[in-house]
Amino acid sequence: MSGTFLGIPPFPDAARSAVEDSQLRHNLRKATRTIRGKRTEAVDELGADWMRLRARGKEVKDHTLRHLDHYLEELERSVQRAGGTVHWAADAEEANTIVTRLVQETGESDVVKVKSMATQEIELNQALERAGITAYETDLAELIVQLGEDLPSHILVPAIHLGRSQIREIFLEQMAEWGTPAPADLTDDPRALAEAARVHLRERFLRTRTAVSGANFAVADSGTLVVLESEGNGRMCLTLPRTLISVVGIEKIVPTWSDLEVFMQLLPRSSTGERMNPYTSTWTGVAPGDGPQEFHLVLLDNGRTDVLADTVGRQALRCIRCSACLNTCPVYERTGGHAYGSVYPGPIGAILTPQLRGMSSAADEALPYASSLCGACYEVCPVAIDIPEVLVHLREEVAEGSGHLGEKALMAGAGAVFGSPTALEAAQRAAGLAGGAVPRHLPGLAGQWTDTRDLPGLPKESFRRWWKRDGRSEG
Amino acid sequence: MSSARDRVLGRVRAALADVPAGEDRRWPREGPEERPYADSHGEGPSLDVLVDRLVDYKATVHRVDAERLPAEVAACLERAGATRVVVPEGAPRAWFEGCPATLLTDSPERPRTLADLNGADAVVTGCAVAIAETGTIVLDAGPDQGRRAITLVPDHHVCVVRADQVVDGVPQAVRLLDPARPLTWISGPSATSDIELNRVEGVHGPRLLEVLVVG
Amino acid sequence: MRIALFVTCVNDTLFPGTGRAVVGLLERLGHEVVFPAGQTCCGQMHYNTGYRRAAEKLAVRFVETFADADAVVAPSGSCAAMVRDNYPRLGEGGSRLSREVAELAPRVYDLTELLVDVLGVTDVGAYYPHKVAYHPTCHGLRMLGLGDRPYRLLRNVRGLELMELPGATECCGFGGTFAVKNGDVSSAMGADKARNAVATGAEVLCAVDNSCLMHIGGTLSRQRSGMRVAHIAEILASTEKEAAHR
Repeated sequence: MSGTFLGIPPFPDAARSAVEDSQLRHNLRKATRTIRGKRTEAVDELGADWMRLRARGKEVKDHTLRHLDHYLEELERSVQRAGGTVHWAADAEEANTIVTRLVQETGESDVVKVKSMATQEIELNQALERAGITAYETDLAELIVQLGEDLPSHILVPAIHLGRSQIREIFLEQMAEWGTPAPADLTDDPRALAEAARVHLRERFLRTRTAVSGANFAVADSGTLVVLESEGNGRMCLTLPRTLISVVGIEKIVPTWSDLEVFMQLLPRSSTGERMNPYTSTWTGVAPGDGPQEFHLVLLDNGRTDVLADTVGRQALRCIRCSACLNTCPVYERTGGHAYGSVYPGPIGAILTPQLRGMSSAADEALPYASSLCGACYEVCPVAIDIPEVLVHLREEVAEGSGHLGEKALMAGAGAVFGSPTALEAAQRAAGLAGGAVPRHLPGLAGQWTDTRDLPGLPKESFRRWWKRDGRSEG
Repeated sequence: MSSARDRVLGRVRAALADVPAGEDRRWPREGPEERPYADSHGEGPSLDVLVDRLVDYKATVHRVDAERLPAEVAACLERAGATRVVVPEGAPRAWFEGCPATLLTDSPERPRTLADLNGADAVVTGCAVAIAETGTIVLDAGPDQGRRAITLVPDHHVCVVRADQVVDGVPQAVRLLDPARPLTWISGPSATSDIELNRVEGVHGPRLLEVLVVG
Repeated sequence: MRIALFVTCVNDTLFPGTGRAVVGLLERLGHEVVFPAGQTCCGQMHYNTGYRRAAEKLAVRFVETFADADAVVAPSGSCAAMVRDNYPRLGEGGSRLSREVAELAPRVYDLTELLVDVLGVTDVGAYYPHKVAYHPTCHGLRMLGLGDRPYRLLRNVRGLELMELPGATECCGFGGTFAVKNGDVSSAMGADKARNAVATGAEVLCAVDNSCLMHIGGTLSRQRSGMRVAHIAEILASTEKEAAHR
């Protein structure tokens, strides 16, 4: 069973060991660069229309969020009308209790799962395990993580931190324990690895009668749920079992069916850099004689209403989980996802995790600082989430809290120096007097600079002193 | 204790205290023809674009005249050595004229078992809509497409697309589709990018997607 | 034209040569440069680290100091971006600060914007006989949208050979307090940027921000790469006369 993010140290410490892991750096560099190039190509193909779709995506989501209560009730009515049952969960524990009970009512002790961020967030697999129910992940990357007793490190490709030879090892060592073993002569060719996953899961798909999924979108007016995927494991889970339970965050709603015109263009191109992902399934309640004849929708809050209440931070709920911000982020590329200590890593995780968890720990407080504010994430976001704006907003929350006394003193000192030109000039003179030789290594926090970088030499005089000495006007 | 539903809705409403009570909730505010984005991206004649995109995503494509269709269906199945072939009950009989394979008809009323489907070599269906720009075929469980399971379990899917079913862009397709029906959008054979983010074809869904574009 | 120079606290204190270069360049082009003495710092470090109220105080000082200027030039993309993009987020809506910001911010320019957009010049008559690579710093690139302006200016410098920087649009890893709060990641990013810069074979790496150059330059210097960094103003200010004097 895969583990939990509890106990991962705050970002700067977790990042240190990640940065030093050359295999990890190699895997991440290769993967993020590949996908970055593909995304750019897929987006450029739509020319100027891309920015119009992006603006529309933002508008749809903002409109929905501003009237979320209305759309939640509409979705509930639509799903019920189509033969589905709707459940509400205020937090992870409530959601896990509901799903566990629903599975128990089917009399099954195995469920197959479609990759779902919401169920990872609430640690559903662990909750089911405690009730004696085994959840089998069927997405290839999720399967790798589950077999390897690892943690996901990416929203779209949870095993992005692993290379093909590492994946081969995991398959050879672990598949037999979970079901059909890997062939003894398995190579690290991605085709062979994909084939091994096909064989490993085939019989499980045909046999398992209950499935758990999330959803990419939930359409309020029609009651339709939408799952985008590539491998066909989603179709297997959404089509073959008798009972389907979908756990969906309340922010996944779009108002009308026609809004998918926008998102079915934004999401695949941003996510995998494809014009369209291989498979998308949509279903509305129950279709007689076709697919699951029992459908349950679990609507999940789990901190989302706290995010909604913050008028600056609210925009994080527009996220459609495409991962473009992770793939483009220079920080993520060097640390990978585990350092973020959450199922939501990367730039979106740095703003979503502390908001969902309520900035309740040193790890949460470190996340808004896990960015150089370079803005690359905002640039690629298909729903225009201004991630740097939210990062700075959350930093304000941290700075307003207790603690961080050293930094506060430094900032106050800098504020005083910049409070008047006289104070600044005095500080510059003092630095000039001390000047001349520049130390190669500084103690304390400044050592973070001098460990790897030389300091610039101090000039003989400041600009403003030169200006005065040169007898220039002060305009 | 209040229900979870009341608690969640109550929290949503409290969180939205900044939204003025009478704010316009109409959505969408314009008709389908006035949306602020393009219906399609004008990349050439629909059928040419569709074929190009299908091939790009590793589907096998044949363009055929209507009268040649039965021969081409038979040829596709024969090339793959498919002898047990699932067909939806509502598929036109004419498609299979002269086809030597054993046809296993399926319908929601008379469904084949999963074991039957798993033992079949191929499935032949029609489609509801095809999107040229993205190389996508959409199935809506119509009479010539059948239950979702039949196009999923067999390893070889032969799909007949009529020229008049092809639209250029995604918005045009969404407008033609009925969300009340279960839909499956297919763009190429099953694939994964989960290993080093390189796309590899062939995982759980059909590994061979053959498209017959008629007209 | 009478142009008010906002030299920025970093340039004032650590890189006065950049300020002098801006003055020399603009005067050579026939403009008058003034230096309002009340200026200190735009408040970017405070703002980006979460100290909004301290940043607001500095914003108030900035708008008071530069209120009367026809045009303000900052030889720093990120300080110009702080004023243009972030000042409008400070102060309550309808407050005096937000009114004054709305009035002043559109007249605040990075040096390359001032030259190309306001003064309408892409050939500043400079001479700089070196191989040079340009690093587009993030706030200049993404917040100001400087685009090809710096490249157009550099291509017109006589003697200068412009080398293409691989991975140009990737952040160098400076990020203000990020450089010390996340020193390991910052250093790893800086090392990659330095490697790409060295790979160009250029002698000089230039940019519109000395803060980023201090980080990249500090890395290059620690690595004893032999490559140096220079603010774009210093390149644009160079002339044949100066070169002969050296």
